[in-house]
Amino acid sequence: MSVYLDFEKPLAAIEGEIRAMQEVIGESRAPELKAELRRLQEKARAMLGDLYDNLTPWQKTQVARHPRRPHCLDYIADLMDEFTPLAGDRLYAEDHAIIAGVGRFCGRSLVVLGQEKGHDMESRMKHNFGMARPEGYRKAMRMMDLAEKFSMPIVSFVDTAGAYPGIGAEERGQSEAIARSIDRSLSLRVPNIAIVIGEGGSGGALAIAAANRVFMLEHAIYTVASPEACASILWRDPASAKSASQALKITAEDLLDLGVIDGIVEEPLGGAHRGRAQTIALVGDLLDKELRQFDNVSPARLSAERKEKFLAMGRDVPIMTAAMARRRKALKRGKSSRGRRFRSLKTLKR
Amino acid sequence: MNWIKNVVRPKIRGVFQKRSAPDDLWKTCPACKAMLFQQDLKKSFQVCGECGHHMRLAPVERFRLLFGDSSYDRLTPPKVPADPLRFRDEKRYRDRLKAAREKTGAEDAITVAHGAIMDVECVVAVQDFAFMGGSLGMAAGEALVEGVSWAAERKVPLLVVTSSGGARMQEGILSLMQLPRTLAALQALSEAVLPYLVLLAHPTTGGVTASYGMVGDVHMAEPGALIGFAGPRVIEQTIREKLPKGFQSAEYLLDHGMVDMVVPRAEQPEILARLLRLFLNRSGRVSKRRVAKHDSAFPKPAQQ
Ligand SMILES: [Zn+2]
Repeated sequence: MSVYLDFEKPLAAIEGEIRAMQEVIGESRAPELKAELRRLQEKARAMLGDLYDNLTPWQKTQVARHPRRPHCLDYIADLMDEFTPLAGDRLYAEDHAIIAGVGRFCGRSLVVLGQEKGHDMESRMKHNFGMARPEGYRKAMRMMDLAEKFSMPIVSFVDTAGAYPGIGAEERGQSEAIARSIDRSLSLRVPNIAIVIGEGGSGGALAIAAANRVFMLEHAIYTVASPEACASILWRDPASAKSASQALKITAEDLLDLGVIDGIVEEPLGGAHRGRAQTIALVGDLLDKELRQFDNVSPARLSAERKEKFLAMGRDVPIMTAAMARRRKALKRGKSSRGRRFRSLKTLKR
Repeated sequence: MNWIKNVVRPKIRGVFQKRSAPDDLWKTCPACKAMLFQQDLKKSFQVCGECGHHMRLAPVERFRLLFGDSSYDRLTPPKVPADPLRFRDEKRYRDRLKAAREKTGAEDAITVAHGAIMDVECVVAVQDFAFMGGSLGMAAGEALVEGVSWAAERKVPLLVVTSSGGARMQEGILSLMQLPRTLAALQALSEAVLPYLVLLAHPTTGGVTASYGMVGDVHMAEPGALIGFAGPRVIEQTIREKLPKGFQSAEYLLDHGMVDMVVPRAEQPEILARLLRLFLNRSGRVSKRRVAKHDSAFPKPAQQ
């Protein structure tokens, strides 16, 4: 089943035409029909490339939240061997919004953390739409302790609208849990890598993303407040979410420019939801490469470098200038002509 | 250190008090609606004499409360890039900043000073809700980071008085990054075994509670202060029900184990000083006779 986003409506029309034509053609070998079909397919492909190379921050927000986008558990299923989920914070409860466990990736054992939004009504309810309570963050801290004890790197798949705003969550110290989780991440003597795979929603995302390396998928967003929340506070009008998404600078490119993230994982044509296996494979590729870089780094340096990185955020910040925007535009033109990479899963899972 | 030190002497404090001394003589208590004499409110550090309600306290007043009449140094942190996102909502961020600076006379939401709380030397960082809702941006982050290094260099404790609606949205992701940034700075203080105390004033929510506001060695809160991660309005919208009375109040947090004590302003300096003396293992208010007795009866502690 395909789900079209609002801005994909023109594409939906063409793809509908294509489907209708395919049915008409059936077994017929009429060459002019076939040619017309190819022309339409080519047109759809070009339109898709065009749309996705020029997504506005608000469109990216929709893509980042796309229900068919690969989620934390999809990455784990494809990339990890022997993944063993672990549960509970040993204090109060198990929080299904945060997935935690140990597994093997490219031969090395590691700890995996991530927010899971769920893929249908039932699983969304179970995972609380990826919005964690204090228990989730305390479980994450438990995992960080484990990782450090057994010298295992940590990989976080970040995908949440934010921490859950509820009575129980507040009662049990939502803010304290997030603060401690960030604090624990910073002092870790093992390497940690975070990838924002969809939505990086404020402190609830950051709790598992204060990492040595932070990456974002091309159409993921990472923001201090959701565009909707920002709009209702600063514009006093939730309908201004589009303007807020523009002003907040939430795209992967923006964050790379601002020095907040270390790199971007390019998504397949039409976004991660149109090439799920491909996207996951590309992320796996990156993780393997990045993890290797920490192989001979001392535990003390891992923690010190991580802290220095975050301590510098706010001191030497580039101001968003017109020159920056021009450079980016030029880069973009270069990109659209470049072919999309694809690597099979087999090469990753030795 | 690129601090510019300005010694603020009690006598010239009047200069900074434009804001806290409005023309009218009376003020209505927002809690009990009693008419209060401004002159009395100043003496009581903005605590209602009728019902004990704690009103907003400007940083200069806060320093007067904590440091008494002794002099203190105000610290000027290095400037940070202003408006990196060129942010504009209904107004330009630059204009909002300018207005906030004019209104408060401060550079940004956090003011840092170095003085003595009842003879215990301490660096105190005060967050001012009047400055754009006390929001945490790069400048406030810088003030805290510098405050921490000031404390660490002088080997004195740090007290942060929080009051903030959270991150400064006009600085986008860079304001969110002040959470790990301030936490990273505080780890240095912890490694130096220097006490870090938090005094939570009304209101403290969002990013501030999700970082330096909730990792103190001791959490003290002001009576009636609203403290929480999500604001009450957001929670009500999410769960679609009215919140219980007193939810997220200082007293409620005390009941739920998130703060150590709720202390009215009049008692704050003494308790803070006592805690700091104990953590620093200094002798407090004990009579000489009792100290001597203690010395003869027990072996002296080995440390220090
Ligand atoms: Zn009153």
